[in-house]
Amino acid sequence: MCGIAALQVRDPALRPRLGALLAGMTCRLVDRGPDAAGVAVYDEPGLLPAGWSNVSVLDPGRPDWPDAVAAALGAEVDVRHVGPTAVVRSRTTTAALAGAVRTAVPEATRIGRGRHAVTLKGVGLAADLTEAFGLDALGGTQGIAHTRMATESAVVASGSHPFSVDDDLCLVHNGSFSNHATVRRTLRRHGVEFDSDNDSEVAARFIGHRMAAGDTLTEALERVVGVFDGFYTLVVTTAGTLAVLRDPIACKPAVVAETAAWVAVASEYRALAELPGVETARIFEPEPGRVYTWTS
Amino acid sequence: MDVVTTTAVTVDLAARPVRDLNAALHAPDPAPRWRVVNPAGAHNVAVGVDAPVAVQIDGPVGYYCAGMNQRADVLVRGNAGTGLAENIMSGSVRITGSASQSVAASGCGGLVVVDGDTGARCGIALRGADVVVGGSVGHMSAFMAQAGRIVVCGDAGHSLGDSIYEARLYVRGAVASLGTDCVEKPMLGEHLAELAGLLTWAGRDEDPAAFRRYGSARRLYHFDSANHTAY
Repeated sequence: MCGIAALQVRDPALRPRLGALLAGMTCRLVDRGPDAAGVAVYDEPGLLPAGWSNVSVLDPGRPDWPDAVAAALGAEVDVRHVGPTAVVRSRTTTAALAGAVRTAVPEATRIGRGRHAVTLKGVGLAADLTEAFGLDALGGTQGIAHTRMATESAVVASGSHPFSVDDDLCLVHNGSFSNHATVRRTLRRHGVEFDSDNDSEVAARFIGHRMAAGDTLTEALERVVGVFDGFYTLVVTTAGTLAVLRDPIACKPAVVAETAAWVAVASEYRALAELPGVETARIFEPEPGRVYTWTS
Repeated sequence: MDVVTTTAVTVDLAARPVRDLNAALHAPDPAPRWRVVNPAGAHNVAVGVDAPVAVQIDGPVGYYCAGMNQRADVLVRGNAGTGLAENIMSGSVRITGSASQSVAASGCGGLVVVDGDTGARCGIALRGADVVVGGSVGHMSAFMAQAGRIVVCGDAGHSLGDSIYEARLYVRGAVASLGTDCVEKPMLGEHLAELAGLLTWAGRDEDPAAFRRYGSARRLYHFDSANHTAY
């Protein structure tokens, strides 16, 4: 069991409330996943100025590491500490920044990257973490969140969701993959590197690998159905797009609610219960094995 | 059924936990009429009731609403999550919206009516309850259903009635596919009469003649002496 919550805002007037709405959704799913939690927020200028890149890491804790990143990058970086996460920001490309972080602080687990999305994650209860992240005060265009009940790998921050392995590509997963080791080996043969032993990271890496090869998000998700064995509801976001996919048996739950002002996906209705206008929303369960996408 | 009267006991789940509601419903000689407001998708609303009471829930409920119901008539004005009326023994459970998967799972008796659609595995392992769905049901519905009747006024998803025993299925719309050992069967007079009774009981006005009947081919659950070396 895990909890999934995602919200894409269509009405610009709702953008300042994105974080508060997402925090409420996430905290109502805490009993689906009390081990850990994480969130990714898109287009919040307070976290990431427009046009900047970011790489978020689990805070390595040693002093002076931001200076080491700047030296490796050869450009100015700005580090913002958000709960157990540090968000490294620069005006360079994301790839250059990620390379500099890797060179300067190889021991720091990189948990997210992009020019729109900032990923924050940790271990513990959703209420504590969303408060540490200051999520209530954040705005944005869309957000994705997860409460984790660990099954396939340890309760460590690097195993928390979302998994953001390519620019602005974030994935959360409820379920478990039974052939993740096989898929991981295949991807490694193609040069893909991994940050954790987590099965969900394999799906994120697979989707990123396929999209780098030219697949659309929908095509990459359709391949997931044929390649991965196991139970899953996946919510995947890219800049401007929100997607959901359930396994062909639909063991794991998902509820979609849609209004003119927003579209939301959650593991259970109770996560949606406080969204404005939910009482008149179009509510449905995604069909098994079918990819749904919404673009803002 | 609409139990909102001045005599109903109102429980506000925004102010009181579900355990309080259920404890009150489980008390000896509970009040005959109950109204539950602000359920907000809460789990386990009105589970385990064993009394001739009427419970109306105004809003969406979460998992296992009205599970193990005996004698009570439960009405949900909204949608329901997984396991609506699971293991129902008697009485009735009706929802005006749609329900998630495993409606009436292993239900032994009573009536479950879903005005909207259901998710997967509607009536899984049914053991004698009756289920009437106004809309469509998801895949693997009636899986291993032993007894009882399932009426679907819309369509049925893939693998309807897989490994079914003796439950009887009536579907008005399209069936995506039949599961192992489930076959279409002739609609005889007795079946039309049975279906008409169920539709009337559920308060629906569909024409029984528009339905088709499905059930077990009985090839799966008997041992076949020709296959004795495989056992």
